Amino acid sequence: MNALSTYLADSTTMLRRNGVRMRRYPMIWFIAGIPIVLLLLFVYVFGGTLGAGLGGVAAGRAEYIAYVVPGILLITIAGAAQGTAIAVAMDMAEGIVSRFRTMPISRASVVTGHVLASAAQTMLAVAIVVAVAIAVGFRPTTGPAQWAAAIGLVLLMTLALTWVSVALGLVSKSVETASNLPMPLMLLPFFGSGFVPTASMPEPLRWIAEVQPATPMIEALRGLLLGTPSGSSGPVAVAWCVAITLAGYLWTQRLYEREPAPR
Amino acid sequence: MTALAAAPARAIRAVGLRKAYGKLVVLDGIDLVVAAGTVFALLGPNGAGKTTTVNILSTLISADGGQVEVAGHDLEREPGAVRAAIGVTGQFSAVDALLSAEENLRLMADLRHLGRHEGPRRVAELLEQFDLVEAARKPVQTFSGGMRRRLDLAMTLVGDPRIIFLDEPTAGLDPRSRRVMWGIIRDLVARGVTIFLTTQYLEEADRLANRIAVLDGGRIVAEGTPDELKRLVPGGHVRLAFADAAALDRAAREFDGAARDDEALTLQVPSDGGLGSLRRLLDRLDGAAIKVNGLSVQTPDLDDVFLSLTSADSDRKVAAR
Ligand SMILES: Nc1ncnc2c1ncn2[C@@H]1O[C@H](COP(=O)(O)OP(=O)(O)O)[C@@H](O)[C@H]1O
Ligand SMILES: [Mg+2]
Repeated sequence: MNALSTYLADSTTMLRRNGVRMRRYPMIWFIAGIPIVLLLLFVYVFGGTLGAGLGGVAAGRAEYIAYVVPGILLITIAGAAQGTAIAVAMDMAEGIVSRFRTMPISRASVVTGHVLASAAQTMLAVAIVVAVAIAVGFRPTTGPAQWAAAIGLVLLMTLALTWVSVALGLVSKSVETASNLPMPLMLLPFFGSGFVPTASMPEPLRWIAEVQPATPMIEALRGLLLGTPSGSSGPVAVAWCVAITLAGYLWTQRLYEREPAPR
Repeated sequence: MTALAAAPARAIRAVGLRKAYGKLVVLDGIDLVVAAGTVFALLGPNGAGKTTTVNILSTLISADGGQVEVAGHDLEREPGAVRAAIGVTGQFSAVDALLSAEENLRLMADLRHLGRHEGPRRVAELLEQFDLVEAARKPVQTFSGGMRRRLDLAMTLVGDPRIIFLDEPTAGLDPRSRRVMWGIIRDLVARGVTIFLTTQYLEEADRLANRIAVLDGGRIVAEGTPDELKRLVPGGHVRLAFADAAALDRAAREFDGAARDDEALTLQVPSDGGLGSLRRLLDRLDGAAIKVNGLSVQTPDLDDVFLSLTSADSDRKVAAR
């Protein structure tokens, strides 16, 4: 077998292993639960007022649901990243990873297996959150092509954040650190256009909100799902995703090659 | 058995192996040679650097210096080829606790690319061989220490490695599980596998190993067959017990230089413990008409070797503090 087919075969095996682990130690309800609570909170508690603040002729709760869902989806992905970092940190403390290091397997497959399994888990969480959003009145207005593009963009965002969260899991010396490090990711949509338009923010914050990656991602999703004008945010969001994925990939490979910590 | 035919006569060769953690020098230039198809025991007290040595030889961590060849491959240049030839059962359990025994073994079979038919066949065979059939579907979390160890070793064997590293394979096991593990190791050797074993138990090294190296203070302080090592330490003697001080006095006069214990009324006469010398000893006692109450033969064991080789050094360490 050549290097590539070994990598693919071993990554598939690792993916299967992580899949079983996720079923035995499920985090999916925890991962989907937090954004669902946030969604309900923002729609039913703040939605009326925030919706009115969006402006427009008859803006209200229904309009706010449409507005807030893309940001909630990004929070879902970021929250899942926390679960990923925890799972990776827990796994690295297990002796079996030392065993993998002394086996003739593709080195990158250990990390790739985590990324693929976590990405699948994240997409599942996103699907659950979207289902709840639709149940409370979210009505995407665009056609199947835009839906497909939106799913593609969510997948890219998921891969980007998953690589980073795997790296955060690897760099953490304890499970606690691993659960804290990805926290700031969850906050990004709040300091972007996730819940209110950036135009409503004071000047320095507004500038930050507009350049940080969460905003183009959310704007691009909004454009795809609701047909709002999204300008250049689509390509910018994709560029961010690719850059973050690449950085996360390189970082994880370096971290995994580090000598294992003493036990 | 092409793998066996191609195996070099020397399974492992290390020259000038060095490793330090900061200021702590763990391995201060050690040389090791392990012949293919033999059991080599690295013996040493806690913290001597046994695990560090295994970790280096099994590609888990890198050495600071020295040259190592495992299965004929240079450790630095061809770690992949080394990994393909070895199997490692570390000091700490290396099983996936969330999986069942069978799933753990399947994982190994998949990573060894055994294929759809060979994989399950090998897994079933190992479950049988390691007495894990009944527990095959149970989560490893519920396993006893002995079962975990057996699974750990079974996982190591999935790919039929020709060289196996066992880091304290029986530490923490009850005597029965320990004997089971010894049996498994002997079976492996009978099939031509090379075993590199570390242990703190002298008895274990004595029973299993063809050669033993004693690691202490970052160096190999003694190396040889168990018998060679025992010969390093004089200390064999016959212990004679007497009914009264008068008999002891007369015996002490007869065997000049023997150590006497007036309280226990015993005399320790140096001896190799062989039948011939024992007979001569009894003849001499008879000749002098000394009545002996009891007699026991003491041969030096590895404990004596170990203590005499390592205790001086630990005294030095204590003094240095
Ligand atoms: N990663 C590490 N960092 C610092 N010190 C270490 C590390 N690994 C081992 N040591 C130290 O090296 C020494 C040898 O350890 P080890 O090889 O585990 O000994 P043994 O297996 O013979 O008990 C010990 O003093 C241990 O504390
Ligand atoms: Mg050890």
